[in-house]
Amino acid sequence: MPHINLPKEYPGIRSLFMFRPETAAPLNHLVQTLLHNPHPSLSAGERELIATYVSGLNTCKYCCSIHGAIAQHQLGNNAELVKQVLDNPDTAPISSKLKTLLKIAAKVQSGGKNVTKADIDLARNEGATDIEIHDAVLTSAAFCMYNRYVDGLATWQPDDAALYDKMGEQRAREGYFTPPFKVTEQLVNNDR
Amino acid sequence: MAHIKLLNEELPGIVGLLNYRPETGKPLTDLAEILLRGPSSLSSGEREIIAASVSYWNGCHFCHTSHAAAAAAHLKSGLSLIDDIKAGLPQTPVSDKLRALLHIAHQVQRNGKNVTDEDIIEAHEFGATDIEIHDTVLIAAAFCMYNRYVDGLGTWAPGPNEAYAEMGERMAHVGYGKF
Repeated sequence: MPHINLPKEYPGIRSLFMFRPETAAPLNHLVQTLLHNPHPSLSAGERELIATYVSGLNTCKYCCSIHGAIAQHQLGNNAELVKQVLDNPDTAPISSKLKTLLKIAAKVQSGGKNVTKADIDLARNEGATDIEIHDAVLTSAAFCMYNRYVDGLATWQPDDAALYDKMGEQRAREGYFTPPFKVTEQLVNNDR
Repeated sequence: MAHIKLLNEELPGIVGLLNYRPETGKPLTDLAEILLRGPSSLSSGEREIIAASVSYWNGCHFCHTSHAAAAAAHLKSGLSLIDDIKAGLPQTPVSDKLRALLHIAHQVQRNGKNVTDEDIIEAHEFGATDIEIHDTVLIAAAFCMYNRYVDGLGTWAPGPNEAYAEMGERMAHVGYGKF
């Protein structure tokens, strides 16, 4: 049960956005900018993989599942790739540059000061730009916030892969600004 | 020197980063403005103490010192508050409610899942509302972001407490994203 009285029709961060629209606005704007809006060089799928990977490190089931589903839909419905990145980015079939950005993201997750010049040089040697390094750091930092927000208030985090897939498909297509659907309603409509 | 080439290397801490990437700078400052200066039953001084405490626990010198200076500006306590936050506020009058909220913030700083039902019950017993608990958790979570952003890109920060006095006044009385 959530630690505070949240709307019951929405899981995870959606219930928090409904509870407090004033803070939802900048939180949504930030995730839309980092993950969905056009980026000079990183695809939406690559950026969603960073968000998914960091959420996995923080063991936030809701964020890891939903961003994993969004990443999957951004990457040609490739669920296997998302799984491989979560298991071990070093052996996953992704670019060497993205591997170095995920390494930086993991360092940030464990503490900002853990990022070393060697980590940055490694990313640069694989062709990472300053904007890409900046965005990898901020995306990882931002998910250290979103994950704590979602877990710290003990939001409802369903175990339902089909539900995350449906939410992920919508977000991959529409971005983060469209209203979320009510989950209970969907469950009824889908005759579950 | 920061890990990336900033547009203005004289700007300290997060200020140089907000200036480097205004697309992300806007929601980041909007969030700080609402959380720390927006309408709330917690005073801005109390909220800045939460922000500064979390930043200290995360070892982020720039965020700890600047937000503690902002708390001092709100509370007119003098800059000794900066070091008092490090020590757990022995010299500062702090309500039982704020102590309970600071405990929740500390749990969030480690990991969101560390917040227990007992932590929430205690905060409620001292009169904390759901919105106050929500905002405390989000402030703590947000500073786990700001701190990692500032340190993860290796930004520079002034050393001594006194160097943050004017910044704290502006954060408190002018606001975020307005200077």
